[in-house]
Amino acid sequence: MSIFYFIAFLSILFSLLVIFAKNPVHSVLYLIITFFTFTIHYILLNAQFLAIVNFIVYMGAILVLFLFVMMMLNLNKDAEPTKSIYVKMIGVIGGGSLLVTLVAALKGLAKSQPVVLQNVNLGSVQNLGKVLFSEFLLPFEVSSILLLSAMVGAVLLATRDNKPKVTV
Amino acid sequence: MQLTDLIIKLVLVLVIFAISLVVAMYSTYAERKVAAFLQDRVGPNRAGPFGILQPLADGAKMFMKEEIIPTRASGFLFVVGPSLAIMTACIGSAVIPWGPQMQIGSRIIDLQVTDINVGILYIFGVVSLGVYGIMIGGWASNNKYSLLGAIRAASQSISYEISMGLSIIALLMLTGTLSLKEIAEQQHGLHWNVWYQPLGFLIFMICAFAETNRSPFDLPECETELVGGYHTEYSSMKLGFYLFAEYINMFVSSAVMATLYWGGYNYPGMDWVAAHVGPTIAPIVGVIVLFAKIFAFIFFFMWVRWTIPRFRYDQLMHLGWKKLIPLAIANIVLTGVIATLIKHFA
Repeated sequence: MSIFYFIAFLSILFSLLVIFAKNPVHSVLYLIITFFTFTIHYILLNAQFLAIVNFIVYMGAILVLFLFVMMMLNLNKDAEPTKSIYVKMIGVIGGGSLLVTLVAALKGLAKSQPVVLQNVNLGSVQNLGKVLFSEFLLPFEVSSILLLSAMVGAVLLATRDNKPKVTV
Repeated sequence: MQLTDLIIKLVLVLVIFAISLVVAMYSTYAERKVAAFLQDRVGPNRAGPFGILQPLADGAKMFMKEEIIPTRASGFLFVVGPSLAIMTACIGSAVIPWGPQMQIGSRIIDLQVTDINVGILYIFGVVSLGVYGIMIGGWASNNKYSLLGAIRAASQSISYEISMGLSIIALLMLTGTLSLKEIAEQQHGLHWNVWYQPLGFLIFMICAFAETNRSPFDLPECETELVGGYHTEYSSMKLGFYLFAEYINMFVSSAVMATLYWGGYNYPGMDWVAAHVGPTIAPIVGVIVLFAKIFAFIFFFMWVRWTIPRFRYDQLMHLGWKKLIPLAIANIVLTGVIATLIKHFA
């Protein structure tokens, strides 16, 4: 339990640093560390597959692309548009409302139960695969179609050009 | 009991760490000797007999060099870059089974640091993490060439990870496990996976070349266009770390290729050997066989480097996205169909 609190503390600390870092590249680097602490959380919950997938997909691919874009854009203080006081106020109100909603929703869930492992191999690849391909087959396949359509849409957007078609 | 197990693991970790470093060190020597051989030269031959002490001389030189951190570089990240590069290179070897179980007296020892049941994915994760060392170092240098090198490394690594993952999926369909230990055990004798997955192995190997930034895919450090690529601003041992990380990566990826596809520590006639020399010596023979395979792969890496010229960047992307990914998907479909047919009719 003490490991959990330590890692949870690190998660919150680094997510705060993501927001407070002045340099966007530093911000992304803190985000990477935050995701790494999430990986540790998954391991503590005995969900090895989820942990390693979080590690590969989020830390290894998505955040590399984030970092890539941040380095390319070369954002700095001069380039950043200064926001007006109204936009800032709207941001504060919006964020505050979200916080209230989240707290209320979490409170509605009654008290959180400490994790009790009924089965040590609950998160192993074998068990996860069996559950995914029997009990949750339909949602699994539907979500794959969703991802496919997103991919096709992205390709369509990227290849759309205004030039007239040249027939060969 | 518990303590001895811990000590054995610790010794194993230290031995593997030392071996990786020594192999990486002598890979630099081997690389120059292989280059010399392929170009009909002599190669390093001054330090010691046959130049065998050359890596030590190089190491000493690296440590003695002046350490320069550019004034406009971001200091902390400039140091983090090479450290991360060499750290990710070293932790990959933790899940590789170096040999079958060894029996000393009544104790049975696994010649593997840890057998996690998602072993392949672990290696995959470590590989994908490796690019951060290059990216952070290249960005922190505050140099256009370094930044370009870093960005190239990122896009190259992401592009080739996809086909690498797809080629592994076809392998997993046959093995049915993600644990490297079980995969190595399944390839007993001469039942090596490469006979069943030749195309998958080819794709995996090409991707391994790209992931380790070896020629013909060494565009992040392409000296004709980018001066020195991501390590332009680096000097002294920080540069040494980057160069060293590349050789350790080469060693680890050779070990992974040998374990996944070329039977790992298995060799034809291993049962006969095990029956004749006993359960203590036989695993050592297995380890030697594995290392022979690894060295063969390292030699192949070098052979390719000194034979094939570097790709152009658009060619690299073309190969990754338009050739390897469709091929890897076709490989998955083919493997599935054939495996089902064999299961159905046999």
